Amino acid sequence: MTALAKLLGTTAFRWLLAYCLAFIIASAGVVGYIYWQTNDLLTHQVVQTLDSEVKGLREQFELGGIRLLDKVVAERSANAGSGLYFLGGADSARLSGNLSGFPSELPSDAGGGTFHYARAGGSGGEERSAVGVAIAVPGGFTLVVGRDIADQLEFAGTMRRILLWGLGLIAALGLGGGLLASRGILGRIDGMRGTAETIMAGDLSRRIPVTGDGDELDRLAHSLNGMLERIEQLMVAMREVSDNIAHDLRTPLSRLRTRLESALRDAKSGGVNRDQVVRSIEETDELIKTFNAMLSLARLEAGTSGERTEVDLGELAAGAADLYEPVAEERGIRLTTRAAPGLIVTADRQLLGQAVTNLIDNALKYGATGLGEHAAIDISVSAAGPLAEIAVADQGAGIALVDRERALKRFVRLETSRSQPGTGLGLSLVVAVARLHGGSVRLEDNEPGLRVVIALPLTPAQSAVSSPPGHGSARVNA
Amino acid sequence: MRVLVIEDDREAAGFLCKALKESGHSAEHAADGEAGLELASEGRFEVLIVDRMLPKRDGLSVIETLRKAGERVPVLILSALGEVDDRVKGLRAGGDDYLTKPYSYSELLARVEALSRRAQPGEATTSYMVGDLTLDRLSHRVARAGEAIILQPREFRLLEYLMKHAGQVITRTMLLEHVWDYHFDPQTNVIDVHISRLRAKIDKAFEKPLLHTVRGAGYMISDGTR
Repeated sequence: MTALAKLLGTTAFRWLLAYCLAFIIASAGVVGYIYWQTNDLLTHQVVQTLDSEVKGLREQFELGGIRLLDKVVAERSANAGSGLYFLGGADSARLSGNLSGFPSELPSDAGGGTFHYARAGGSGGEERSAVGVAIAVPGGFTLVVGRDIADQLEFAGTMRRILLWGLGLIAALGLGGGLLASRGILGRIDGMRGTAETIMAGDLSRRIPVTGDGDELDRLAHSLNGMLERIEQLMVAMREVSDNIAHDLRTPLSRLRTRLESALRDAKSGGVNRDQVVRSIEETDELIKTFNAMLSLARLEAGTSGERTEVDLGELAAGAADLYEPVAEERGIRLTTRAAPGLIVTADRQLLGQAVTNLIDNALKYGATGLGEHAAIDISVSAAGPLAEIAVADQGAGIALVDRERALKRFVRLETSRSQPGTGLGLSLVVAVARLHGGSVRLEDNEPGLRVVIALPLTPAQSAVSSPPGHGSARVNA
Repeated sequence: MRVLVIEDDREAAGFLCKALKESGHSAEHAADGEAGLELASEGRFEVLIVDRMLPKRDGLSVIETLRKAGERVPVLILSALGEVDDRVKGLRAGGDDYLTKPYSYSELLARVEALSRRAQPGEATTSYMVGDLTLDRLSHRVARAGEAIILQPREFRLLEYLMKHAGQVITRTMLLEHVWDYHFDPQTNVIDVHISRLRAKIDKAFEKPLLHTVRGAGYMISDGTR
């Protein structure tokens, strides 16, 4: 496509062209009307002057016959400006007047029209335009009364030229300016399109150039860049997710296969190894668990939940702690619960319970390694303004600030070896549950250790109760 | 035990029936809601396994119709996760238990057997006895061979549930549901530790163990004579 064809193909330019055309037609209309009106006015004036002059001369003739007429014509001819006169006898010989003869272009009897004449006594034979009427005067005389219109014609000509030039200028400026403007916009849109094409070709890191003058195209570019950012994040997350799923499912699947093979061998040789089969079944349970977790997460993120009832967070925390207390004790971890009384949220008790147990589960897995008998997990429930907060804190290695946001994502396990059992969906489920209940999850530094806080809106009736909010935090999710 | 499986997935139903038969039960199959309702109304079955989504008549509607007709047969509802329905709805329609797909067969079998026992008389007994272990539901006293055993409230409820279903396999999920009212699986196997604590109290000092672990399935309390 040539540059011009491309330009003509743009909406911006087409609009501009149409706009320009409309403007030119409107201008031409106005200018034409002015020209026509002016011309008409001048012509009208001339005709009126001629009329009144003819009338005056006729009166003179009626008063004093041809003699007086001749005298008046002679007088008027003497100090005529643009007035033209001719009084001729029957033989067309001039009696008086400033025209040298009867203008041949005029009809010889009565009637008017335009004619040309050479100004008598003027600067040598300059031919000029005039309008006039010829009148037959009784007695065989002919009277011509005319008016020089050369100046008027010249004025009209000048005006016409000015108007045409003006129109030309308007058209040229409009088209030229439009061309430049649309070329500029076109260039930037081309830039955007180019970026989009590179991105579609696979380079997700590309961004649309921003000029920085904050105009609408810049704002558009900003929004698009934001969108691209999100898409890139999603793509990266997607890739990570599929890698991790592959990893998490491949291990139990391959173990399952080996065990079944071994069971098959045992079956051939007579006895089936019950133990192999049982362990294979346990392996499939792990697979089912992961799939279930994925499905519930998908459901939660789609925004469906079961029955919501009024849940006392203190009781919920105590229940979860009760469930985990023997495990913690077995591992030598001190599990404590501190709960402000009477904090009620309207929630799906099962989901909240699952979220809290997930947090305790994580704390047991990652927050107590290598601490020996100092390991402790603290579950606390407190009010913070209109919110109730459940926090699970450990004293383990914590999560580095840079990793905190990532830690809340699906299938992300910061422990890269993925050696601990688990689906990697625990925290994302917590986030999904909190969101579903209009709350949020944040990760804080427990100094040392990690403190995960679920903040949920309190059931309205008692949100006035308040206690000092938690210490400095990095809110990574809202 | 006579079990009716109302399930439109023929392959799944086939496996289920086969497995039930292998476990010593008799199983029949209905492939849609209408046929299922008709068979169930005959009153021959001790347990119904009803899929939530069925052609011709929805699983919940089958159960509701049966309940309205005064049919008290225990019903286990099967439901695929991801559908916009929930356990509460299923139980409200008259189901007795609820299991999401994909489930493990041992889980299903344990639940079916627990359900069938429910239907038997003697539900409201005030005390349980397994071998020389006794549990009094009213006074909350537990004793073995006449020796009193002190249990935490949660341990008591755990033992109570196990003894109520003595001789039956009880899965971890069933314990979580009935003792803790948690209808989800925690990632760590917390139940095993609770069980081993309980076991330490009721079995350790005695020669004959009563609380058994059933590999790949769950736990069972039994004196081994049945």
